[in-house]
Amino acid sequence: MNKTTPFMQFLIGLPKNVFSGFVVSLIALPLGLGLAIASEAPPMAGIIAAIAGGMVVSILGGSHLTITGPGNGLVIVILSAIVGMGEGDLYQGYLYTLAAIMLSGFLLFVFGVFRLGALSEFFPTTALQGMLAAIGVGILAKQFHVMLGFTGIKGNTINQLILIPSSIKNLMSNPTSEIILASAIGILSLVFLFLYARIRNSIFQLIPAPMWVVIASIGVMYYYDLILKNPDILGANLMIILPDNLLTSLPSPDFGKVLTSDFMGYTLSITLVAVIESLLSIKAVDKLDPLKRRSNINKDLRALGIATGISSFFGGLNVVTVIARSSVNVNNGAKNRSANFFHSAFLVLFILLFANQIQKIPMPALAAILVYTGYRLAAPENLYRVFKVGKEQGVIFLTTLLATLITNLSTGILLGILTTLLVHIILNKSGILFSRNWLKPNILMYLEEETGNYYVSVKNFCSFLNFFKLKAKLDEIPPSSHAIIDFSLCEFVDHTVMEGLNDYSRGFSRQGGFFEIIGLDVHEAKTEHPFAIRKSLPESSLLSFQISLTKRQKLLQKLSNILNWNYLPDPVSNYDGLERFFYFKTKWINYRYNSLESKNKEFLLFDLSYSGGAFITKEDFKSTFLQIKAPKKMPVFALDKENFMTTILQLSELQDIDFKKYPDFSRRFYLRGEDVKAIRDFFTGDLIYFFESHPAYYLESNGDSILIRSKERLASIQEIKQKLAFAEELIKILENK
Amino acid sequence: MSTTVFKKIMVGFAFSPNLKANVYESLRIARYFGGQLIFVHVGSKTPEKESHFKEIVASSPVQSEKINIHWRAGNPVNTLLKASQEFNVDLILLGALKRENVVKFYLGSIARKITRRAKCSILLLINPSEKRHPCHHIVVNGFESPQTKDTIRAAFMVAKALGAKKISLVEEISRSKVAVDVDDDRSLRKATLKKEKLRRQEQTRVEDVVNNLPAKLTAEINWTTQSIFGRRGYSIGHYAKVVRSDLLVMNAQENLGFIDRLITRDIEHILAELPTDVLIISSKGYE
Repeated sequence: MNKTTPFMQFLIGLPKNVFSGFVVSLIALPLGLGLAIASEAPPMAGIIAAIAGGMVVSILGGSHLTITGPGNGLVIVILSAIVGMGEGDLYQGYLYTLAAIMLSGFLLFVFGVFRLGALSEFFPTTALQGMLAAIGVGILAKQFHVMLGFTGIKGNTINQLILIPSSIKNLMSNPTSEIILASAIGILSLVFLFLYARIRNSIFQLIPAPMWVVIASIGVMYYYDLILKNPDILGANLMIILPDNLLTSLPSPDFGKVLTSDFMGYTLSITLVAVIESLLSIKAVDKLDPLKRRSNINKDLRALGIATGISSFFGGLNVVTVIARSSVNVNNGAKNRSANFFHSAFLVLFILLFANQIQKIPMPALAAILVYTGYRLAAPENLYRVFKVGKEQGVIFLTTLLATLITNLSTGILLGILTTLLVHIILNKSGILFSRNWLKPNILMYLEEETGNYYVSVKNFCSFLNFFKLKAKLDEIPPSSHAIIDFSLCEFVDHTVMEGLNDYSRGFSRQGGFFEIIGLDVHEAKTEHPFAIRKSLPESSLLSFQISLTKRQKLLQKLSNILNWNYLPDPVSNYDGLERFFYFKTKWINYRYNSLESKNKEFLLFDLSYSGGAFITKEDFKSTFLQIKAPKKMPVFALDKENFMTTILQLSELQDIDFKKYPDFSRRFYLRGEDVKAIRDFFTGDLIYFFESHPAYYLESNGDSILIRSKERLASIQEIKQKLAFAEELIKILENK
Repeated sequence: MSTTVFKKIMVGFAFSPNLKANVYESLRIARYFGGQLIFVHVGSKTPEKESHFKEIVASSPVQSEKINIHWRAGNPVNTLLKASQEFNVDLILLGALKRENVVKFYLGSIARKITRRAKCSILLLINPSEKRHPCHHIVVNGFESPQTKDTIRAAFMVAKALGAKKISLVEEISRSKVAVDVDDDRSLRKATLKKEKLRRQEQTRVEDVVNNLPAKLTAEINWTTQSIFGRRGYSIGHYAKVVRSDLLVMNAQENLGFIDRLITRDIEHILAELPTDVLIISSKGYE
């Protein structure tokens, strides 16, 4: 395995990364343009940031699959910096802001040098969510008007929100053909974006939704241009304008306002958001990495700082790590940082080759993409989810959201932190616990000499105030080992910590380790922090929706009675082992429910809720799986129907194992696995005949057990019965081997 | 069981509600350690006080023939320290205070000052009681220091005297010794290997110390070692609490150079929150 040199591995992985970089560039182009326009910067500023990010961070960075470029979170701060410092002259404001961006790049670099990445833990989860929601509302409020074709709406977020009805009224009462076309493009694009995730067609899904929007709207514009001979149907304010000569017309930062307090304030806000957005994204991408690598956060921050400096020098926005594009990258089979590089290389190509076509993109289409982005950030279900954790979390969320909307981002997050602290003090009925113990060490971690387990004990309290101390210790535990976290000496654990621990728990179980939290039952009895407890057990928060069984559940129950199996409708978050299947390598398992288990525990049928991608590219799935115990040791392999998508995947994944003797099987199935020889030996004639003569399932073996899925949706009772029969026959054949 | 660990034991007493428990506990400890007991009261001597105190001593189920009672006047800290030198005591007994409502113990300011300045060993008791609570498990520090050998030896002697069956030797290793920052998988692997190496080194060193002790001291005692990477002085206290030990034995503060004193504030963590009874061994304080 290790015979190949790193360089050879790099070469072998190259096609995958080029492909993935290409797909990412398809989404990076519209987002880059859109985010820049939303910040009132020239459209090219976003593309420059993506190019600088891809080039620099791919070489100097410390993460593996992240994509860097202009970020959603920064739109609002950069917008207010440009408007605020421009004092009416947006272009001049943009030049001042470039200086602020450059300085923030330097600060980012300094953060990395002094290893301050851990400081991001100092922000309470809920306050951060509130801040992100506020950013989402900000983007949505401004872009909604543009989506309808009105570009002249000014004012702060609250004003723009209030003006939304009047824009709609305007559209109804005063329909010029320009406005109708613009709003039609915008609204249809938005509808499409919302529906895209529901379209289950692998070829269609190959191109990211934002690119479809761009392509279709460019098509419409060409239709008006070439066929209807009406090139100026949309006014100049609704079209993207790129400078004629891209290289000579680069703006440069204006340091004229460096010493003003305004400038310093904006710089700090920009840095703050850049750090938070990047670190959140890096952490999230690490969880999606199929190779389970850990990113070097501080190295990445340094690289982002340098990239931001370069980007701003050429007139670009901040470079941050972005989650949506990164998850597209992961899903398209990227293997290393070079994908980020190729994404920016393709952007350079696009800009050089398609400058004319890009200028055909109507603003309402880009605005629709941004409205969708803003909606996903501020979606009401986020608030609902926060309230489920606890009412006080809802209070923190709303306080931060409103404070950010009314004042500005730094004040908002600061108020969010203060609110969280206040809530904690109220819940404990005193602040002494915090004031007395904040600066004291409170973590003990050691490798138990008798058992070889890592034992971590936490004393006093553990909240966002001192979570970084616990994290520092946890980060030193290899995730493939067994860790026990004991909270019995700890009087208070907050939501930020519980959520953080949940991440660790997933990380450990992905790498075959074991992460156990003990000593929290004491707390429940004292009801000191029910919200934290509830967080740690996602099943209990979902229990309430299972009061009465649905028709399908009743049928499942009947089926289990006939088979004399055990049926459990409740969701459980215990899905150990599932993550080790290929199928879930880049997916995120939420919970398992409707479990049907045979008495001898060899058959386990369940519905599974899981997600792929993240943020605007996130897709939620619910499918029915059957997991059976293999009668004997088997090679590790995955068997799927051969279709267009799997052909594409072969560019990026393991090669299809074909059998000359069985052309029909080889044509119909895509078989892959590391140990090709063992798999070839395993797939004997009778087994191949069995697969050929039965409906094609997605089937995977991890050595000891077999996972079977029919379609990417819940199976009907009839389908379940078929699947069970299929599995029984399969077991018989395997037993006779 | 008749080994003499500490020959002269001094107890400062005040007329507080805890007096009875303190006296009983002192007598018991003097019996276990086979030492002579010296009671010192800082304050005026009145016949009532004297008779009250003698009454309490007389009522104790454990008695000792070797009791001296002294009455002194002056500043409590200085007077007690002076007395300890005057009588050439080996051990001072001090009681801790309990934080209201919480099961957390800390040292009062007088006890704290005495602990910092005393030249002999010190036993800090978190919960003096009239009835005896037995001592099963002793935790002792084993970090690299010239005093550690003596401390470990004392721990084994105390274990013999108190009948404790289990001793855990804890080597606290400063995180800075690993000298690898964990950033990603590679540095994590490197740090884990380095730690493993350090751990083995430390373990061998501590095992050597124990194996060089006279066999009659270590026989019948189940001893284990445990390395902890963490802040010195803090980790061992937390560990003692986690394993529910009954006594923590530690080196006295080393009187080193100025810089060392700035960094090694080992004992302060313990004084701020006593995890259990603490015995601080001063190298020359026992034999």
